[in-house]
Amino acid sequence: MSDVAIRVENLSKLYRIGSNGERPDTLRDALVGALRRNGGRPSARARDAEFWALRDVSFEVKRGEVVGVIGRNGAGKSTLLKILSRITEPTSGRVEIHGRVGSLLEVGTGFHPELTGRENIYLNGAILGMRRAEIDRRFDEIVAFAEIDRFLDTPVKRYSSGMYVRLAFAVAAHLEPEILLVDEVLAVGDASFQKKCLGKMGDVAGEGRTVLFVSHNMAAVEHLCPISLLLSEGRASSWGRTSEVVSAYLRETDRERTNDLSVVQDRSGNGRMRFLRVDYLGRQGLATKTARSGDPLAFDIHYTADDEIRSSSVVVSLAVYDQLGRSLFLCRSDFRAMEYTDLPVRGHVICRIPKLPLPPGRYLLNLCCEVGGQVSDWIQSACVLDVEAGDFYGSGRIPAVGRGDLLVEQDWSEVFTLSDGAANA
Amino acid sequence: MPDVPVTVIQASRGLSFVDLHALWHYRELLYFLVWRDVKVRYKQTVLGVLWVILQPLASMTIFTILFGVLLDAPSGNVPYPVFAFAGLLPWNYFASALTRSSASVVSSANLLTKIYFPRLVIPLAAVLSGLVDFAVASIVFAVIMLVYGIAPTAAILLLPAYLLLAMVTALGFGLWLSALNVRYRDVGYLVPFLVQIWMYLTPVVYATTLIPPRYRFLLSLNPMTGVIEGFRRALLGPGVTDTVLSPGLVAVSVGIALAVFLSGLVFFRTTERTFADIV
Repeated sequence: MSDVAIRVENLSKLYRIGSNGERPDTLRDALVGALRRNGGRPSARARDAEFWALRDVSFEVKRGEVVGVIGRNGAGKSTLLKILSRITEPTSGRVEIHGRVGSLLEVGTGFHPELTGRENIYLNGAILGMRRAEIDRRFDEIVAFAEIDRFLDTPVKRYSSGMYVRLAFAVAAHLEPEILLVDEVLAVGDASFQKKCLGKMGDVAGEGRTVLFVSHNMAAVEHLCPISLLLSEGRASSWGRTSEVVSAYLRETDRERTNDLSVVQDRSGNGRMRFLRVDYLGRQGLATKTARSGDPLAFDIHYTADDEIRSSSVVVSLAVYDQLGRSLFLCRSDFRAMEYTDLPVRGHVICRIPKLPLPPGRYLLNLCCEVGGQVSDWIQSACVLDVEAGDFYGSGRIPAVGRGDLLVEQDWSEVFTLSDGAANA
Repeated sequence: MPDVPVTVIQASRGLSFVDLHALWHYRELLYFLVWRDVKVRYKQTVLGVLWVILQPLASMTIFTILFGVLLDAPSGNVPYPVFAFAGLLPWNYFASALTRSSASVVSSANLLTKIYFPRLVIPLAAVLSGLVDFAVASIVFAVIMLVYGIAPTAAILLLPAYLLLAMVTALGFGLWLSALNVRYRDVGYLVPFLVQIWMYLTPVVYATTLIPPRYRFLLSLNPMTGVIEGFRRALLGPGVTDTVLSPGLVAVSVGIALAVFLSGLVFFRTTERTFADIV
């Protein structure tokens, strides 16, 4: 018996997206399409509409290994999990799986809002592939994990979203497959519950089960998975020790970053207003490539827009993240009652931070603008911000690396303890 | 771990047939889906399961007034209300099973894209869950028979066979329509229309004696004719009405139902590979 749990060989998956990104949704479209093809006109557009979600991916996971799968949005992570869990078929290639598979692409799949917590535990358990006897056996454990015992016989549509997620995860966490495939499920729930879930997943890993864990949360991947796979544009670009794969991932994201945002494809919003470029302005408002802790820093955000914004209110926001994807702080133009109601169609807005509270390191910015309450442009990881050491406290002292993620203004003073004599005086 | 199941995943080609082993493995899921359907159906309604009783009673009343009283349609040797209800009983089951199974795959999109299980379970559950309503309506019919003083004969033993024919027909068309519905949402508009027309093409509220003998063979092309006529005979006795139901025509009905069912199975299984990608 081999000790291989999952063997993936030259796996590829092709998606066909119809012309203009639409597929024939009605019979009429299909008939018209068929007639056109028979008319002898080669459909030139059809070729453009092919998209390889996975391309020649091969790897091997040994029994008991816990493997992280990372990569940017659209790199093929979810497609890989969908193929491994048999939801969709590959276009070519082969997968061999030794053992029972439990897949967790979403928590609460099949939950019915009208059914009670108790009923949903059984329904969801069955959907996840648990036997009824198995659910019976673990029922109390599931209820205890979810902390919902008082609401067991309440329809889940009356649950708070937190309770809902806890119950959903609790059922899933009690699956006992030999191989567990997990997608981003930790993106939901509050921080303490996330911690509990991570703990539970850690237990799973400790029990010698094979786990494939897809996540954007680098900290979680580094914490749980000794080995990782990096997918880039459908290809397996790196495989090995997680710390190395994560650095490869970070290098990859760096390479693609420029502060010229007009060419960025990976953005969403209605496009009424679009970011063009972000310049960093340091001391005396001079353009700079890198920022310094404790110095003033301004983000000079250039945009273009349609006429509409002259009569709408515009909100620009900028969020700063560290490289592990943790959100550090948010700047929003309306936080300080600033209202942009008459911006020119092409121009720039400036966000000033009087004293940059970031310790040295590399950070990422998300940019977003809303015109009339509608998201017009939203770019994640739009720019990289490198911060060099600076004298934040004016004392030449700064915390050692790793001692805190933010620098905070602070005042210290002495408290005089009055001696007995002084008190009597 | 002595016997670890090995699963091989690769692109499948050509036609696929039913994987009975996988279906059997997922029988509990089938049970829970049926249970969910039944449980949820009348939630947050005031009348609840009473609807199952009211619906056929109301249609029986309307048809009795229209056909029985105003048009004075023949109903053999039983009163028209009994005659109509005996037809509506299997028809309502068939119509709801067909409607639900046609919509079933699309309305389970959230399951299809997140979890693996044999997709056949979905339309199958839709066809089976209608049986609960059918059972309740049957009790109502038993009461009606009591009221009218009609005793069942030994022919009632054939009832399960006719019910099975109704299920197979509903599932056969349901398989085709639910798979087509994934790609062409036109099906959603077609089905209510289809069910309505189909009802009038089936001798549900009229007797086949209304049709000129020359054309009666056309009725046998419709498997539901066999079901409805069969139900009337099984429930009301063999002499209930002159029917077209000769053994040869029954065989044609069964043959057509089976052909639709088997081809539906293959069509469904062959197209289910792409369900998750296009639903």
